[in-house]
Parts: sequence; structure tokens; C-alpha cells
Amino acid sequence: MAIFTALLVSSIAILLSGASPIKAFSALAVGAFGTRDNLIETVVKATPLIIAGLGVALAFRGGLFNIGVEGQLFIGSIVAVLVGTNFDLPKIINVPLVMLAGALAGALLAAFSGYLKAWHGAHEVITTIMMNYIVLRIITWAIGANGPLRKPLSIVPETRSLFESARLPLLISDTRLHMGIVIALALAAGVYFLLFRTVLGVEIRIVGKNLHAAKYVGINVKRNIVLTMALSGGLAGLAGAIQVMGIPPYNFTTGFNVGYGFDSLAVAVLGSIHPVGVVFSALLFGAMDAGARLMQLRAKVPIDIITLLQGLILMFVAANQIIRSLYHLPAPSKEDSVNLTQSWGGE
Amino acid sequence: MKNNKDPILSLHNITKSFGSVVANDSIYFDLYPQEIQVLLGENGAGKSTLMKILYGMYQADQGEILINQQKVVIQDPNDALRLGIGMVHQHFMLVPVMTVTENLMLGDEKTKGNAFGKLSKLDRETVRQEIIALGNKYGLQVNPDAVVEDLSVGEAQRVEILKVLYKGADILILDEPTAVLTPQETSELFEIMRSLIKQGKSIIFITHKLKEVLAVADRIAVLRNGKVVGHTTPAESSIEELALLMVGREVLLTATKGQSHPGKVVLNIKDLSIKSKSEVMVVKNFSLQLRAGEIYGIAGVQGNGQSELIEAITGLMQPHSGHIIILNKDVTHSSPRQITLVGTAHVPEDRQKHGLVLGFSVATNLVLQTYYLPPFSNGWVIYPEKVEENADEKIDEFDIRTPSRDALVSNLSGGNQQKVIIARELSRPINLLIINQPTRGLDVGSIEYIHKRIIEARDKGVAVLLVSAELDEILSLSDRIGVMYAGELVAEMDAKGANREQLGLYMTGSKKEKMLKENINQ
Repeated sequence: MAIFTALLVSSIAILLSGASPIKAFSALAVGAFGTRDNLIETVVKATPLIIAGLGVALAFRGGLFNIGVEGQLFIGSIVAVLVGTNFDLPKIINVPLVMLAGALAGALLAAFSGYLKAWHGAHEVITTIMMNYIVLRIITWAIGANGPLRKPLSIVPETRSLFESARLPLLISDTRLHMGIVIALALAAGVYFLLFRTVLGVEIRIVGKNLHAAKYVGINVKRNIVLTMALSGGLAGLAGAIQVMGIPPYNFTTGFNVGYGFDSLAVAVLGSIHPVGVVFSALLFGAMDAGARLMQLRAKVPIDIITLLQGLILMFVAANQIIRSLYHLPAPSKEDSVNLTQSWGGE
Repeated sequence: MKNNKDPILSLHNITKSFGSVVANDSIYFDLYPQEIQVLLGENGAGKSTLMKILYGMYQADQGEILINQQKVVIQDPNDALRLGIGMVHQHFMLVPVMTVTENLMLGDEKTKGNAFGKLSKLDRETVRQEIIALGNKYGLQVNPDAVVEDLSVGEAQRVEILKVLYKGADILILDEPTAVLTPQETSELFEIMRSLIKQGKSIIFITHKLKEVLAVADRIAVLRNGKVVGHTTPAESSIEELALLMVGREVLLTATKGQSHPGKVVLNIKDLSIKSKSEVMVVKNFSLQLRAGEIYGIAGVQGNGQSELIEAITGLMQPHSGHIIILNKDVTHSSPRQITLVGTAHVPEDRQKHGLVLGFSVATNLVLQTYYLPPFSNGWVIYPEKVEENADEKIDEFDIRTPSRDALVSNLSGGNQQKVIIARELSRPINLLIINQPTRGLDVGSIEYIHKRIIEARDKGVAVLLVSAELDEILSLSDRIGVMYAGELVAEMDAKGANREQLGLYMTGSKKEKMLKENINQ
């Protein structure tokens, strides 16, 4: 419903820009699903969104708003580049090693924000946003002129490419479809199992739903917060690593991956912070990204309409009261209600 | 019946449903001038819904409201006030940082002149005089310049009553006003109510406490399952009869229990002092020895250190000094989980805040203390079948009324929520049961059931520490009673020799047992 309403509202914007919404949206659909390559592009775009979206969802389940996915994803990429351009081990070792390095970097960064919250009461929204800036500036320096990671003799800010041994294998040769999607789907299953079938998952969810009850049943809340942030950031970092390991030219440039971190927030919310929902909403966002170019080409619609569309979808999901009153839907009584404003200024 | 005048207020055939639940089922209700009519019923009987309809917060599906024989439409509380209906809510609706005068002015700010509209200067003095006049008229003395947060609970309630009088109410609805009061404050409130009706007001008094009904009512209307099941008067009725009407079956009003057989000391508290977050000493040199197989009741007005004492024993709060020993193990600085694992069960004061995760299912809430232990888990992975099996078992054994084991616990009534906690805490092997306000806000049926379970636990050799603001509960369950006032244990006695009045005096600090310290420290 939210998606439908968002399509309607953005149709108005398309009409205002002088184009035909039907033409635009059909071009969008063709661009996303029309050919094998387009479909692959949708999946490729969705892959980091699934993984980072899982990270955001996991944090939400634990009552934490990890808005620092962008920074954690970046640091995951850059550390993956650092390891993958320096170690040239056999592929069977090197691929996991580089992934692990990226995940660990994201985990450490997020865990630090978790530590600040648990022990010093600094709200994670503030600290993770700050971390985003810090990471961005460090990377800008590192790949800037004379930066330590700058590819020698390159005229644009970029790093060297990963060794062949650190690159993800392709699923279908001569396409861009890499192993990442398999890892992403496995992670979705893993996060589901973690959240709903393990002791740790139950504890994360108790802390997320009721901090007081968590203390009452004897959960170590502080440790739990740090751990939840670490897991969340680890997923984000892994998403970043997989981007540089899976997509040519297998390096890091400025402008690369920008916005995936923030899109993954939208993906998690749209997917009602459930691993299965995250997969589908990530595919939807991936499809919009993949189809945008064809839409611009065929319907002469500015590509920014996609951003508008995504923004509207998110708004209608977050403000679901609007949707419910528009279509006279009953209020949900599900366990999965997203509570974005918990723990502001508390504890 | 006071007189033969026409009713000042009539409700005709009021019906209100929420979805498939009929909260009020064609209710007829008459209130005559200058009477106190009690609206008696269990939680969920439909009392609050009916009053909210009368106060304009809900609209009835059917039926009409007549005031002085005139049909009226009440769309919102402002309409109700205009018609002379005022409500004193169970939870105070006062701004703590403002003075009494300012609180009364809220919503109807009197100004000196009206030259600047909303920006005109407030006319505090006139209102102040009116408060003093009202107070003298009805025996409701309150200092108009006092800041509300400095007032006692009883005083704050007087301010609430003043507020509706100030707004010109003739019909007062008092929604469970005694829930927060000491026995002394309660009788003062009854004085005030009588003086109000003498001065021409009429009162609807909502309660589920049977003793109060007989003490203060002129007439009684009993509500059950959304229907009026009886009209009576105190003279024609008895506590037993009212309970039968209210619950629909015979209930045991006082718990029956046999002789206690105290065994070894389970909980030993030595010279415990606790500082609150704001560095105030809230518990001072508290010592207590609790034995297996006895119930020790701690009486006291809320806010005299009981909550902090319980939090310290259960590990939720770090004490300032002193020792807590459970079965020869010093747990003064142990974590809540370590304390749970030595065999302590804790039924917390605020069941929704601490005791349950409202967004989780009944089944999950039933294993909240044991989900990480066999048979529910191997330490890492949870076995959902075991959790479900356990839920089916406990729902059956403890008579938890829930649509299913997967229903969210937030959808259960208060009594059933409490049963979930009791079921969870009592199903483990325990030596010590700490139970704080076990029946607050529950209906008679649930209270009876929970009391029975507490006594059963005692008879199995569990040491029970009971904290309750309900004196009747303390008196009927405890083997020994201690009274807390201002963070100190001011009296300790055998339950057999205790009575309400004496406890009431200790609770308000007007009496103190001097020999107490020596007795305990021997």
C-alpha cells in the first residue's frame, strides 16, 4: 500500500516534469527486470542492501538505531581493499580473510558507539553519525593526493584493485553476478536463526523491547548493547567488503557506494525489520536503482525521481498512520512493530 | 435512599462495544441529588467505560444521558464540565512543578483585564481567595501556594477534588480514589465526601474494595461483565453478598492458612543502607531475618524505601552499605542473574515495566527467567517446542486466560498478566520468594487465586518476603509483619497480635517501636 501510494504521488511529480508516468514506470520495470542483464543488475544492486539492511534490522531488534551503517560500510570497504591489495594468498583463504577483515572493521567501529552508549550514556544516533563523518574524512585523505592508499599515477582519487585472489567468484561468467547474493541470502537465514532461535537472539530482543525487564531477568545489558552494535556493524562492514570484492574494477573510489548505508536504513524499515522482509525490500530498492537509468533515457525523467520515490515509500511506511487512514486498514497488533524512538535520553 | 427527589443524572440503556467485546450492555443508572452512589465491579466489568462515556471521552453506541430530566449530548470533557460533571482520576492530572493555585487555573486562566488576550497578566490572587473559600466550605484545606510535588498523596488528591469543584461541578466522579491512600487518609477522604454531599453535591464513587463500599455508600450499583447485576444499599447487604454479586460466585475474602513452621534462615539482611540516584538515603540500617516456611509482610505507605529494598535484594540496585545473605551466600553485590540462580523468585512491583516483555508472546514470557537453561536451550540454541510445551502446561496449571500461547501478553488482563509472572516464578525450584504488590489493581477472583499460591509456596518451605500497600493483604497473608517508614523498619510484630489501626500509626511515623533495634541485633 505504501509503495502504491508512493507511486501515485511520484506520478504527479513526473507529470509536473512534463513526462508520462506510465512510460516512466514501464521503462523502470524493463530497466529492472526486462532482460537477463537488467535482472542481474537488480540483484547486484540489492546485494549490499540486503546485508547492510540485515545489520540495521538487527540493531533495531536490539532497540538500537544504527545510523552509522554508511560509515561502517565504508570502513569495511577500505579495510578490505587494504588487506586485498597487500595479501595474495590462495583464493580459498584470501576471500574469507578479506571479508572477515571488512566485517571486523565495521564491527569495531560500531562496537565503539555501543560502548559509548552502554558505559557513558551517549546516544548511538549521535555517535554513529559522527563516526560517519570521521570515516569519510579519513578515507578522503587516504585515497587523496599523496594518500597512503592512492593508486600510483592515478589522476582520480582511487585505490589499487584487489588481487585476483581476493575477488569474489562470479556465479555466471561474463556477467556482473557475483557470489555476494548467495552470501547475502545465507546471512538473512543466519540472522533469522540468530534472532529467533538462539539464546543471544532472545536476549537481544528482550533488551530491545524492554530494558527494565532485561535487567530484571539478569541480562548483562551493557555487554548486550556492545555486542548488538558489533554484529550490526559487522554486517555493514561485510557489505562494504563484498562491494569491492565483487564489482569491477575491484577498488575503492570516491563516490563509490555512496548512499548504500542510508538506503539500507530504509530497506530495514520497509522490510519491517524482519530478515525475510529485508531481502524483499532490498530487491525492490535494487530494482529501482537498476531501472532508473533506462527510465531517464526513455521517458526523459530526471533520475532523481527514483530518490523521490524511495523517500516517499519510506515516509509512507514510517508514517503508516497515513496509509491506514487512507485505505481504512485496521491497526496492526503484530509483535514486529518498529519503535524508532525508544530510549531517547534514557538510562 | 436519601430523598424522593428526581434523579439529577440518569443513564438510559447505555451500550458500548469495542469490536466484539460489549463493555457496557444496556445499562440503566440513576444518581439522586446529595447521595454517594458506589459503582462496584471488578476490573474489566465496564465501570471505567461507563464513566468515560459520562465524561465525554467515549461516545455510547446506544442509549441516552439525562441531566435533571433533560436529554444531553456529551461530546468531550468540556461538555461534561459545562453540565456540572467533574471527574477525579485515579492517576493525578496535576503539573508537579506548579503551585496549587496555578494548577487550578490551568485550562481556564483568569486574567487581570483582557487587554492583551492570552498575553494578559494572570489573576492569581482572585483564584487564591476562591481556593481558600472553597476549602473552608467543604473542609478541603490545602495551602494554595504549595508546589504540588511537595504535597503528600492525600493532599494532592484534595487538590484534584478542589479542581473539579472550582470548575463548578455538582456531580463528582471519583475513580478508585483510595488506591493510593493510607487508612487514615482514606477516612479523611470519606469525611470530605460526606461534607460535599451535605453542601449539595452528588458523588459517584468507583471502587472494588468492599469494606469502603459499606463505609461510605448511600446506594450501591454492582457491575459485572458490562451489565448492572444489582442495586442495593449498605444496610441491606454484607461484604459476602457484595462479593458474590461482583464476582458471580463465592469467594474467599481472607486467605485461609495453617500454622507456619519456620525453618532455617533463608534471607539475612544486616544493617542495609541504600542511597537513591539523587544521593538521598532511602533505606537506613535495615536488618531482617527471614526463615523458610514463613511469610514476612512489609507494610508501609508507598515511597518509604520498600521498592529500593527489594531492588537491592534482587540485585537491581547496589546498596550503599550492609550485607544481604541468601542461604549463607553473600549476594550483596551479585548480579540479578546470580541471585536468581541461588533460588530467588521475584514478582516485581510494576509487572508491565519489569515483569513482562509486553511485545512478546505468553509462551516466551513464561520462560523469561529460564530460556537459557535446559530443557529450553542447550546454552546457545532455543528449542521452540519445549517453550511451547511449557506454555501449554503452565496456562493450564495456573488458569491463565489467554486466546493462545502465542498471543501477546499485552493483550491479557492485568490479573492474567500477573498469573503469567506467578506461574513463571513459582515453577522454578526456589528457596526465597520476593513479591511486591502482588495484587495491585487486580480483581477479587485473581487476588484470591494469587494469595492461595503464595501460601502454597510457604507451606512447601519457601521463605516469602511480601511487600504490599494493602493492609488487608499484609494482615491476612503474613506470619510476621514489619512496618517501614522513611527508610527504617519502625516496628516488627507477630501477625496474630497486629491490627489495622496500630499498623496505620506506625506507617505514618507517628509511633515508633523503640526497642526494635535491640530485638533484631541480639
